[in-house]
Amino acid sequence: MLSHWRQYLAISPFFLIFGVFSLFPVFYSLYLAFQRWDGMGTVQFVGLDQFRFLLDDPVFWLSIRNTLAIWVLSTVPTLFGALVLATLLHSVRRFKGFYRIALYIPNVTSIVAVSIFFGAVFSNNFGLVNAILGTVGISPVPWLSNPWLIKLVIALLMTWMWTGYNMIIYLAGLQAIPTQIYEAARLDGAGPIRTFFQITMPIMRPIILFTVIISTINGLQSFSEPQVLFGSNAANPNLGGPGQAGLTTLLYFYQSAFVNNDYGYGAAIVWAFFVLIMVLVVVNWRVVQRGRKS
Amino acid sequence: MTAVVPRRSRRPKGLTAHIVLVLAVLISVFPFAWTIVMATNTTEDIYKSPPKLTFGSHLLENVRHVLDTIDFFGSMLNTVVVASVTTVLVLFVDSLAAFVFAKFDFPGRRVLFATLVGFMMLPLQLAVLPQFILMSDIGWVGTLKALVLPALANAFGIFWLRQYIENGVPDELLDAARIDGAGFFRQYWNIVLPMIKPALSFLAIYAFVGAWNDYIWPLVVLNDPAHLTLQVALAQLHVGHTTDYSMVMAGVLMASVPLVVVFTIFARGFIAGATEGAVQGS
Repeated sequence: MLSHWRQYLAISPFFLIFGVFSLFPVFYSLYLAFQRWDGMGTVQFVGLDQFRFLLDDPVFWLSIRNTLAIWVLSTVPTLFGALVLATLLHSVRRFKGFYRIALYIPNVTSIVAVSIFFGAVFSNNFGLVNAILGTVGISPVPWLSNPWLIKLVIALLMTWMWTGYNMIIYLAGLQAIPTQIYEAARLDGAGPIRTFFQITMPIMRPIILFTVIISTINGLQSFSEPQVLFGSNAANPNLGGPGQAGLTTLLYFYQSAFVNNDYGYGAAIVWAFFVLIMVLVVVNWRVVQRGRKS
Repeated sequence: MTAVVPRRSRRPKGLTAHIVLVLAVLISVFPFAWTIVMATNTTEDIYKSPPKLTFGSHLLENVRHVLDTIDFFGSMLNTVVVASVTTVLVLFVDSLAAFVFAKFDFPGRRVLFATLVGFMMLPLQLAVLPQFILMSDIGWVGTLKALVLPALANAFGIFWLRQYIENGVPDELLDAARIDGAGFFRQYWNIVLPMIKPALSFLAIYAFVGAWNDYIWPLVVLNDPAHLTLQVALAQLHVGHTTDYSMVMAGVLMASVPLVVVFTIFARGFIAGATEGAVQGS
């Protein structure tokens, strides 16, 4: 033990900060979920009350439905688009570097800036999208007040940000496949479609699994988009837009914990949400894994 | 190398691929171009039907308007300070720990590393509320320290650098240095660090961009208008003056340009690093 003091010393800065700012907070939030506390007065143990209230809270379930809808609407086109673009990019020889950088750029821009941009472009009255629709004779579409269109705009924003990121990962996977396999398939008379489904897809499965899990974790955490688009006014009863159609679970957590100062309930929301993410990650993992056996 | 495509059909198929890719690039960069269009026109021009589609000459006016509304350079400076300090410290703390995890065996190694990787999977939001309570208990709410310290617990960085050191730094080299009398810290500083430069530069951009674009935590912990970061200031610009879009878009442009420029310069190495991590990590 003593002979390793240098090693322990070298990892101690990380583990000190990690312990104080990650490990302890995570367990402390679990503790908070069983208390009632407004951050000022006394902390009162209430057992499972917060979770019982949560199960009957229509706003919580609305936020879960919103989050899941936005997640599906963004993840499916993102991953599909990324796979198509990666396959195309893998097949071309010229301008590869340029395409990679230009398609990756959306991922390094700030969500706040992009959300403001989407708010301007999809604005009900003055937005570019409605102006273009207007020139071909279509009356303005209420992008930011219809419950489903709100989700669609948020999902489009996320798709724009994350397609390039996933494309880069798929491309790396495609480049790692030895070309001899494809030559052998061609000699056996397999066409491009058959080659794609019988060779590319099976080899890519672990990478697709990776992107599905990352997209589940990232996609369910949408917060900044609806917060910037609709929720910036803290006292806004319509937090998350008209009909709270863009109220995601994290936005509801933010409102409960930091606007209403209901720390216990905020902690309960975020823990319930974490359980949901884990369930979805496991389900996704199972689904993608099952394809492997058949 | 396009073995999938039979030789006959290569030319037309390549053309289709280029057309689709160019379209995707246009969608990808369109928001930047349109932001410039909006930022260089007056709000009336944007609100007109049909809106003005070309660059205007009102950029300076809009920029001045932004500077009058929010403390743009103040929050820019805060963001630069937070992002730079975070990046430098993350590189140091993570590379040191990654070196230890990659090349040394000691009691507790597996447990500590497993804990670290396990926490990588948890959503950060689980910790936000207690972190805030902690910060208010020690009186750090509203300070930039409150932004830097939690960001140093970057488990991903250790995970990623450890893989790189394990495969990229030969044990023989470290043994030779040890025989020559190099101590632990000399091995780290003179051998490991120079050899993992590509990995470090990727992690540097990753940490810098992450800190620059972070939103939820600064929003929660910064309440003093004198100490906002760029993202929070930008969101406030949007709240107060929702109607003056050309001004808001000038702010968006001013906040986005530095990062896009930095990214474009370092993009090659960054993308190579990102893919390496993803493919190995899967």
